[in-house]
Amino acid sequence: MTVRTLSLAYLAAILVAPVSLIFWRAFEHGWHPFWAAISNPTAVHALKLTLEITVVAVPLNTAFGVLCAIAIVRHRVPGMGLVNALVDLPLALSPVVVGLALYLLYGRSGWFGGWLNAHGMRILFAYPGMLLATTFVSLPFVVREVVPVLREIGTEQEQAAATLGASAFTTFRRITLPAIRWAVAYGVVLTTARCLGEFGAVAIVSGGIAGRTQTLTQYVQASYENFDQTGAYAASVLLAALAILTLLLMTVMRHGDRSS
Amino acid sequence: MAIEARSVSKKFGDFAALDDVSVDVASGSLTALLGPSGSGKSTLLRVIAGLEVPDAGDVFISGREATALAPQKRGVGFVFQHYAPFTHMTVWENVAFGLKIRKWEKDAVRSRVDELLDLVQLAGLGKRYPSQLSGGQRQRMALARALAPEPEVLLLDEPFGALDARVRVELREWLHRLHDEMHVTTIFVTHDQEEALELADSLVVMNKGRVEQVAGPRQLYDEPANEFVMSFVGSVNRLDDGWVRPHDVELGHEPNGSTREAQVLRVVRLGFETRVELEREDGQRLHAQLTRDEADELELRDGDIVYLRTRKTRTFSR
Repeated sequence: MTVRTLSLAYLAAILVAPVSLIFWRAFEHGWHPFWAAISNPTAVHALKLTLEITVVAVPLNTAFGVLCAIAIVRHRVPGMGLVNALVDLPLALSPVVVGLALYLLYGRSGWFGGWLNAHGMRILFAYPGMLLATTFVSLPFVVREVVPVLREIGTEQEQAAATLGASAFTTFRRITLPAIRWAVAYGVVLTTARCLGEFGAVAIVSGGIAGRTQTLTQYVQASYENFDQTGAYAASVLLAALAILTLLLMTVMRHGDRSS
Repeated sequence: MAIEARSVSKKFGDFAALDDVSVDVASGSLTALLGPSGSGKSTLLRVIAGLEVPDAGDVFISGREATALAPQKRGVGFVFQHYAPFTHMTVWENVAFGLKIRKWEKDAVRSRVDELLDLVQLAGLGKRYPSQLSGGQRQRMALARALAPEPEVLLLDEPFGALDARVRVELREWLHRLHDEMHVTTIFVTHDQEEALELADSLVVMNKGRVEQVAGPRQLYDEPANEFVMSFVGSVNRLDDGWVRPHDVELGHEPNGSTREAQVLRVVRLGFETRVELEREDGQRLHAQLTRDEADELELRDGDIVYLRTRKTRTFSR
């Protein structure tokens, strides 16, 4: 009982209070200012850009994550231990450092930056750089969800499928994928949440130009710094709503997982 | 020959799972690979199925060289020790899997699956998921799934290992009947000599990655090729002057020329059979196996002095 009270109090203080406060401040003066704030073109553009990054980064990391998990669990190749450790790097490394590293690689005087610039390809302060940064920081989630499930299901079902005549691809599609589908789904939800909320790495590589390279999180910061509190709160509410939506989706899926 | 393995070797790290193994399996036979754990029997089965690639040697299936052939192309049905059911598919879908892969016509799939579910006595359970079946039912589902694409060879890895004793005996009889009806060449792996003797018409006894003897059940028991086979198949007394089966030890109350004195340590009654544990006058311990009637007639009690004669003693040159 005391443990429950304690943990609930902790959650209330750390999570619920600040988020509720955001909602309260956003709607303090009713719907109208909120609507005006999120329908202004800069905000709409920021939301669009965030979604554009997310819909590319998530499938990319899902496909890579599943392949990588299979490589880690199924193939006893030397070096896979290193890959396994490397996958966690984005969790351990501060996003700011990631942004800086990309800056050093793709900046005008960076390793690739000079050549790419000479050929008219812009990575930094443009969509590709922001996508790279977001993909980097959201990389581990699918791998981390899928690896333990793959370990648990073992290889016997796959071998059985092989003796029944199924090709490697058919086995993957009909046996492996259905067995890991919930893990992939959780991974996708977590990756999505991470992509939507990314700030640090993107802040460094995007330049944060309003209406051009400003994501929703950056829009929140910019609005706040410009004393546009309503705009900041409204955009925050939007972010929080997206996050809550993904988490709800996850809860629904967990339920489905248990009942199957 | 349905299956020929020629000088097959396979190492896992430093451990030689198979060491120059050659085995012939006749078409339509029911063959047991019998041996203690670590003897290489499961590895040999997996090499035949193509689930392991041997380091050396060749495998022929129905006369075709199959050593480098993928498991998909061997025409082999495999039943895994823990059945490896496709957990997200129903029983029906599990059995249909190999047929759908082969792009059978819908109607043909339906009639074949129904026929097999009938055969394995799972008709009516097709809509269940494997997790809703008992161990024995899951085993039969795995068997139906392996048999569905009409394999030339059926391979079973410890097929009864994970079942409780009663279900095991039932399934044994059932598998024997099934083999009589289907005539598909069948190889099963077991460490249980009773199971192997009861089911198989040919037994391959393996130990430490090598084949010790290949023989029918009767020959294996009566004419073991070496000490390992003698001690692994059937129970045995090992004495200074040779090996003797417990049922070849005769007991009496009176000495005569060839008998030796022994003391009864314990009389164990096991239903029809009675086991008498003895210590010979030279300190060697052995046991005798008598029928209940024989034991009753002798009125044996712990501590009695008896005189024993051994009918058949075997010695093996090393």
